[in-house]
Amino acid sequence: MTLQAIKTEPAMALPAPSAAVVALPPTPKRRSASRWLGMLRHAAVRVVPPLIVVVLLLVIWELTCRGAGSTLPPPSRVLSDTRDLIVDPFYDHGGIDKGLFWHIYASLKRVALGYSLAAVAGIALGTLVGQSIWAMRGLDPIFQVLRTIPPLAWLPLSLAAFRDGEPSAIFVIFITSIWPIIINTAVGIRNIPQDYRNVAAVVQLNPLEFFWKVMLPSAAPYIFTGLRIGIGLSWLAIIAAEMLIGGVGIGFFIWDAWNSSHISEIILALVYVGIVGFVLDRLIAGLGKLVTHGVSAS
Amino acid sequence: MQPYLKLDYIGKTFTRGAVTTEVLKDVCLDIARGDYVSIIGHSGCGKSTLLNIVAGLTRATVGGVLLENREVNSPGPDRAVVFQNHSLLPWLTVYQNVQLGVDKVFAKTKSRAERHDWTMHNLNLVQMAHAKDKRPSEISGGMKQRVGIARALAMEPKVLLLDEPFGALDALTRAHLQDSVMALHQKLNNTILMITHDVDEAVLLSDRIVMMTNGPSARIGEVLEVPLPHPRNRLELASNPTYLKCRQRVLEFLYERHRFVEAA
Repeated sequence: MTLQAIKTEPAMALPAPSAAVVALPPTPKRRSASRWLGMLRHAAVRVVPPLIVVVLLLVIWELTCRGAGSTLPPPSRVLSDTRDLIVDPFYDHGGIDKGLFWHIYASLKRVALGYSLAAVAGIALGTLVGQSIWAMRGLDPIFQVLRTIPPLAWLPLSLAAFRDGEPSAIFVIFITSIWPIIINTAVGIRNIPQDYRNVAAVVQLNPLEFFWKVMLPSAAPYIFTGLRIGIGLSWLAIIAAEMLIGGVGIGFFIWDAWNSSHISEIILALVYVGIVGFVLDRLIAGLGKLVTHGVSAS
Repeated sequence: MQPYLKLDYIGKTFTRGAVTTEVLKDVCLDIARGDYVSIIGHSGCGKSTLLNIVAGLTRATVGGVLLENREVNSPGPDRAVVFQNHSLLPWLTVYQNVQLGVDKVFAKTKSRAERHDWTMHNLNLVQMAHAKDKRPSEISGGMKQRVGIARALAMEPKVLLLDEPFGALDALTRAHLQDSVMALHQKLNNTILMITHDVDEAVLLSDRIVMMTNGPSARIGEVLEVPLPHPRNRLELASNPTYLKCRQRVLEFLYERHRFVEAA
């Protein structure tokens, strides 16, 4: 498609010589216009197909849920039921009667805290396990067992320990997202090429300098893989945890909607949860790309 | 007179489970200051192990390395290594790669500005100052090796260790880089220990060629003096009888008396 656009250019520019002074200036304009067209086309190629699929799915959904006996509302009813929520996500009537923005904001705050703690602790523990053969022998089997425990199984225990919903939810996020971070960091550290270690040894970097200047950059691609899996898991866990601990948060919003039979609100909340999860994933992926720019291109 | 660098009855055995392999045995070598010494041998004869022992990256099982009469058994910038595959850190620019060593070695003795000048000076020595802000992935193999050499030189090592530094390069780039190393040696008069498996390279560059027997239990088979004056010119040497004789001696050693068994 781009080729075509370039090919037509000389043909268009050809008449120019006959009226050189007047005809020349428009050429760059045309070029920038065709470049815009190319970018537009590029965007359309990515946006149009999923858009068509979404419309198609909505139509099928509408048709199947339209009947009188249907248990779920069709998209048209979801839209009309939740108009208030969509139009004003920022209202706050006190208690848990808040707009969706505040619910998502509360959930994100918990995730941010739990996930940041997991990232710091996970990278530190991963470095230890990756660097020391004895730490690996001692800790790795324990990690392998602990990481299979489902997030919600930790909740009663953390409620017992913290006696409060808020720190318990944060702990669940922490304990859910830490394992992939630990394991991927450890693999990344173990895979640091011997050459880099030799260079560090000849230059005589001390352990701290070695950690910052060699270990972290070298293991960064692995670490970011772990961080990306971790953020996905913590977003999964927060919804479930909030359903149980209550209060403000998108998880409890869904549970509350179910208890009051507002099925349309559940559907709207799910759309938001999906979009936020997607954005979080892209955020970490983008950050990883930025940070590991030099390493992956070796 | 005490030699500058002394390899004193170095032996190295690797133990894996119940199997013990003796790689090096009774390796003795005296190197004077400013000497360019090459170690040549078939692959697997333990010459890289020997270099790693001198660098301190591997510990000798018996014997030791003496540098200016002091034993050295851990790595340090006084024995800077130019690695075979350049080993530049890919996330640092060319400048930062050289700076890493400079900042560490001259942390106390040079000011920040002096360290910058010294880094640039060494990049200039290998004609790589123009690419100082490029990352290793953006420059060619020969250029990477130049930066590797600059990094090693910038540490002002007492002994420069070259581990098959031109092995991964194409013939033209290799010749070009060999000339550069020759010029640097002429200018700075470093003490250089180089591992190679290229006969021409060894004769062209070195004052002495140390020929290793095949492993296991590799020893020094023969040491050949190359009585050619510096600076040397590869074109003139091509017909120089001394050069040809030296070359002949090394070839005889490698291909007649110590044929590589597995390759035969």
